[in-house]
Amino acid sequence: MSDSRESPDETREVRPARDVLLYLNGVTVSFDGFKALNDLSLVVEEGELRTIIGPNGAGKTTMMDVVTGKTRPDSGEVFFRGNEDLTRLDEVAIANLGIGRKFQRPTVFENLTVFENLELALAGTRGILRTLFASETADRRGRIEATLSRIGLSAQSGSLAGALSHGQKQWLEIGMLLIHDRQLLLLDEPVAGLTDRETEETAALILDLVRDRTIVVVEHDMAFVRSLGARVTVLHEGSVLAEGSIDYVQNHPRVIEVYLGR
Amino acid sequence: MADPIIAPSGQVPGEFQARGAWRPGFWAGFIGIGVALAIVVPVLNLWVSPNSAIAVPDYIVPLLGKYLCYAILALSLDLIWGYAGILSLGQAAFFALGGYCMGMYLMRQIGTRGVYQNPVLPDFMVFLQYKELPWFWYGFDHFAWTLLMIALVPGVLALVFGWLAFRSRVSGVYLSIITQAMTYALLLAFFRNDMGFGGNNGLTDYKEIIGWDVHSPGTRLGLYLATVLGLGIAYLVCRYITKSKLGRVLLALRDAESRVRFLGYSVTNAKLFVFTLAAVLAGFAGALYVPQVGIINPSEFSPGNSIEVAIWVSVGGRGTLIGAVIGAVLVNFGKTWLTGAFPEVWLFVLGALFVLTTLIFPRGIVGLFRQLRRPSPQQPKTMPVEEQA
Repeated sequence: MSDSRESPDETREVRPARDVLLYLNGVTVSFDGFKALNDLSLVVEEGELRTIIGPNGAGKTTMMDVVTGKTRPDSGEVFFRGNEDLTRLDEVAIANLGIGRKFQRPTVFENLTVFENLELALAGTRGILRTLFASETADRRGRIEATLSRIGLSAQSGSLAGALSHGQKQWLEIGMLLIHDRQLLLLDEPVAGLTDRETEETAALILDLVRDRTIVVVEHDMAFVRSLGARVTVLHEGSVLAEGSIDYVQNHPRVIEVYLGR
Repeated sequence: MADPIIAPSGQVPGEFQARGAWRPGFWAGFIGIGVALAIVVPVLNLWVSPNSAIAVPDYIVPLLGKYLCYAILALSLDLIWGYAGILSLGQAAFFALGGYCMGMYLMRQIGTRGVYQNPVLPDFMVFLQYKELPWFWYGFDHFAWTLLMIALVPGVLALVFGWLAFRSRVSGVYLSIITQAMTYALLLAFFRNDMGFGGNNGLTDYKEIIGWDVHSPGTRLGLYLATVLGLGIAYLVCRYITKSKLGRVLLALRDAESRVRFLGYSVTNAKLFVFTLAAVLAGFAGALYVPQVGIINPSEFSPGNSIEVAIWVSVGGRGTLIGAVIGAVLVNFGKTWLTGAFPEVWLFVLGALFVLTTLIFPRGIVGLFRQLRRPSPQQPKTMPVEEQA
C-alpha cells in the first residue's frame, strides 16, 4: 500500500485494520491534453467515511466519474472489493455491484411522485422485462414509507418531485441512495445550496448512514467537513496533496498554499 | 392487474400516479368509446336509410378505418416520444413495412385474376420479366405467415437499429435525424424496380383478403371493425406499459437518463424494448391500413409522413395516450376536409398547428382540457422532454 501520498509524517490515529473497499492506483484522465486526474491513488476502507476537498478543477468530480464508470481512465487501476475491476464495467453494472452516487445538482425524477422516486431506487429487480410485470409488495411499501419518514418527506409522498424545494430534493436524492442500499455511496456536494439547519441535519444523517456502509463525500463547505469529523483527502491538480484529519490538513503548509490559505 | 396490493378500492392515498389505472371509470370510458366505434358506426351504415342525416355512407367507413390506423401509429409514437423521450421521425417507416407485408399477401391472393393471369407471379413481376418469385415473397400466400412477418419485419429492423443507436447513446435530435435518414433510405430502396416490391407503383389492384372481396361493403366494414379492435388492443397494451413500473422507469429516463443508469437500470434495454414494441404496433397499423386504402407504395416512406405523425401526437397531447388518438383523428379529419375544400392551404395549416402547439399549448388538446378542469399547482412548470435534445 505504498502509494504516492505525500503524507509520511502524518500522525495516524489508531484504527482497527479494515478491508480495502475502493482502490485507485495511478489513475490518469486527460481531456484534450488537460489532466483532470494525474496519477491519482486513493484507498478507501470498508465502513469508512471519507471527505474529499480541493479547489475547483482539482479532479473531485472526475474521480467520481471514474469510479462510477461514466469516464474511462487513460491509465491506472480501479478496484472495488479487491477484485472487481471497475474500468471494465459500465455505469449500470457498477451501480448493480453496489456503488451509489449523488450528483452535485440534485437530480430527482421530476415527473414522478416522491414515492415513485423511492420505488425506482429501492433495491430489487432491475431487469426491464421484469419491471413490466412488477408489483409492489407490502414489505417494499413499508421500506419506502420508513425511508420517507427518515428523510422527513412523508407528507410529500404523493407530490411530484418537481414540486419540492431545493433542500427537499437534496434529501429525496439522499433517500434514494439510502433505499438503494449500496455498499459504497459517493456524495457530490450534498449540502450545496442548503440552509445551515438543513446542513446540520444532513451531517447527522450521513453519520447515521455510515454505520452500515462506506461513504465518500466531496464537499467545499469546510464547516460541514469538520462536523463530519472524518478523514480528509485533499486533491490538487488531479492528485492527492495531503490526507489525514481535518486539523492535520488544515495545518499542512502545501494545503494552505494552494487552497485554504487563499 | 397493475398493483394487487395497491390498486383495489383506492384506500391507499395517492403515492402512485398509476393508482386507479384500471378503475371502473377508465373501463366505462374505454368501453363507451369502443361501443360507439364498433356498434354505432356499423348500425348507422347498415340499417339507417342512406338518405337520413345520421346515416354513415359506405365511403365513410374505410375513411374512418384509415383514421383509426393513424391513431394506432400515433399511439406507437407517443409511447416512445411522450413517455421515453425518443423522438423517432421514422415511425411511418415501420408502418409502411407492415403495410408492404400485407400488400404482398394481398398480391398473392390475386392469382389468375390479374391482367397477365399468372397463378404465382404478381402482374408487375410479369411485366418486369421476372422468371420466378423472389425468395422473400415465399410464404406470403399464407395469412398466418403474413401476420408473423407484420410483427417481425418492423420489429427486427427496430431492434437492430435501436440497439446500434441506443448502445452508442444516440439520443435527442441526433436520433431524430438518423431515423429520418432511415425512412429516406427505405424510400429510395423501395422506389427501385429490382427491389421486387413493385417500385414506383407499389402494390395495388387487390382482389380479396382471407377469401373476402376487398371491395364489398361488408368486407370494408369487417376491416373497419378489425381496426377498432386493433386500436383497442394497442391502447390497452400502451396503457399497461405506461402504468407499470417500466412506465415509471421510462418517465424517469426521459427526464434524467444518467440518474437512471446510476440506479442500475439498463437505459439501453428499456429504450430498446419500447422502441421495438412501438415498431411492431406501427407495423400492424400499416397492415390494417393497406387493404382499406387499396394500395401501398414507396411514398409511405417519405420523411414528411413521419413528421406528420409527430404533429398529430403533439397536437393531441404527448405523454397522454388518449391525446395521441385524438390528435391523429382530428388532424387527419382536418386534412381530408381541407385538402378537399382548400387544397393549397393544408400544408400551411399543418405548419401553423405545429408552431401553435409547441409555443402556446405544449401539452396539446388534452393538456389544455386538463388545465381548464383543474389548474394543478403540483405540475412542474415545464415538460423537460426537450432538455436532452
